[in-house]
Amino acid sequence: MKTLTRLAFCIAIMITSQAHSQSGSMVEVKGGEFIPLYGTKTEVPVKDFRMDVYPVTNAEFLKFVEENPRWRKSQVKKLFADDNYLRNWKNDLSFGDDMMPNSPVTNVSWFAAKNYCECQGKRLPTVDEWEYVAMANETSPDAREEKSYNQFILSWYETPNTYKNTIGNTFRNYWGVSDLHGLVWEWTSDFNSVMIGGESRQDSTGDNNLFCGGAAVGATDLMNYAAFMRYAFRGSMKAKYSIKNLGFRCVQDIEKSEL
Amino acid sequence: MIMKKVVLIMLSVFLFSACNNAEKKEADVKEEVAVNTKEIKEEIPELSIYNLPSTWTTQDNENIQLEDLRGNVLVMVMIYTSCKAACPRLIADMRNIEKQMPEEYLDKTKFIMVSIDPETDTPQRLNSFAKENVMEDDHWMFLRGTPEDTREFATVLAVSYKQISPIDFSHSNIISVFDEDGVLVHQQEGLGVDNTETVEAIKTEVSN
Repeated sequence: MKTLTRLAFCIAIMITSQAHSQSGSMVEVKGGEFIPLYGTKTEVPVKDFRMDVYPVTNAEFLKFVEENPRWRKSQVKKLFADDNYLRNWKNDLSFGDDMMPNSPVTNVSWFAAKNYCECQGKRLPTVDEWEYVAMANETSPDAREEKSYNQFILSWYETPNTYKNTIGNTFRNYWGVSDLHGLVWEWTSDFNSVMIGGESRQDSTGDNNLFCGGAAVGATDLMNYAAFMRYAFRGSMKAKYSIKNLGFRCVQDIEKSEL
Repeated sequence: MIMKKVVLIMLSVFLFSACNNAEKKEADVKEEVAVNTKEIKEEIPELSIYNLPSTWTTQDNENIQLEDLRGNVLVMVMIYTSCKAACPRLIADMRNIEKQMPEEYLDKTKFIMVSIDPETDTPQRLNSFAKENVMEDDHWMFLRGTPEDTREFATVLAVSYKQISPIDFSHSNIISVFDEDGVLVHQQEGLGVDNTETVEAIKTEVSN
């Protein structure tokens, strides 16, 4: 009996320390199935995973380039980042005058974002994972048909320069994740899985209805419009692009053995 | 008491390994970079695909680094072998380009098909696909990598793809030409398009 109690105690410690050491500023997202707003008409499965509560900040990215010189502005290879990479930084290791340490890092390429996450033992979220978490508002895991949710997103799309704001100033959603809407756009691991445009004759996933403006502007149309903007943006990206309103956050798989 | 120790040992092993993994990854990268700079006489251009550190498996089940191809002009396309619609036409386009190459140029050129479905396209499967399509000469090559490396490689080629059912993908139809140092010099997009410029690009690079 004594042994059992100790065992239970140790397991409890193990679980809490595990949670403490790995969660940091991450929260757990319970997986499920959902129909994304674009790209498919069938349900896609999403596994349980952890997601960063906030996008990666300037200060966090500075620490990363301090430790990984190959991602410094002056040293990054042109294959991995275009000329706009860390454009507002004064030099390799200092920010520009109007940059805040706790604003989201932007002007980072997909390669840099991907490697940042890998160095934290994490990865970039897939499009499906990102969209799955981002369809939540404060109270519901799927708020896509709520007018206020869509209006918030669309009014953000019309607001310039939100990337200069600091993290944590938009809403924290159902899962405990902040700033998915209202601050910056975010990289996903498979952004190049979005097939939009005439060049792909094999594009059998595109929903042509989205190209034809609907007559009424109901919640569904607003919702489609907001999502279409995101998917179209992803479809126009290249991995070395570094854009001023595009940042990222990381996710992590949940190993079954931890439970 | 013994139980507790065992658990504690297990616990510490787990925590350490989780921590070391991340570090090891970084160390690996650094090592690779170090090796690269040592072995190569001339530095790889910044825009070269040889800056990608990934390992690939050929249809002959050999593991290669992209960099092992340095010195060849590369003509690359991304396909999957169970594809019924576009890929046979993409393969035909590759063959058409190959046919227009003078025999002596073929020694310095590799026509490479990279699988976007590495789970299905095992080396064995790529090998039989090569046989069925009579693409067994040395200048034909089929490659498969990890799903992550494949995704990364596609981003460099500006190729989009998405699995839309267990056996089917939608994908861009792009044939890319790389010079001897792995720098992208030409792309043709679409099926059955006029390939004059592509052929010219390859000839120019080989004769350089």
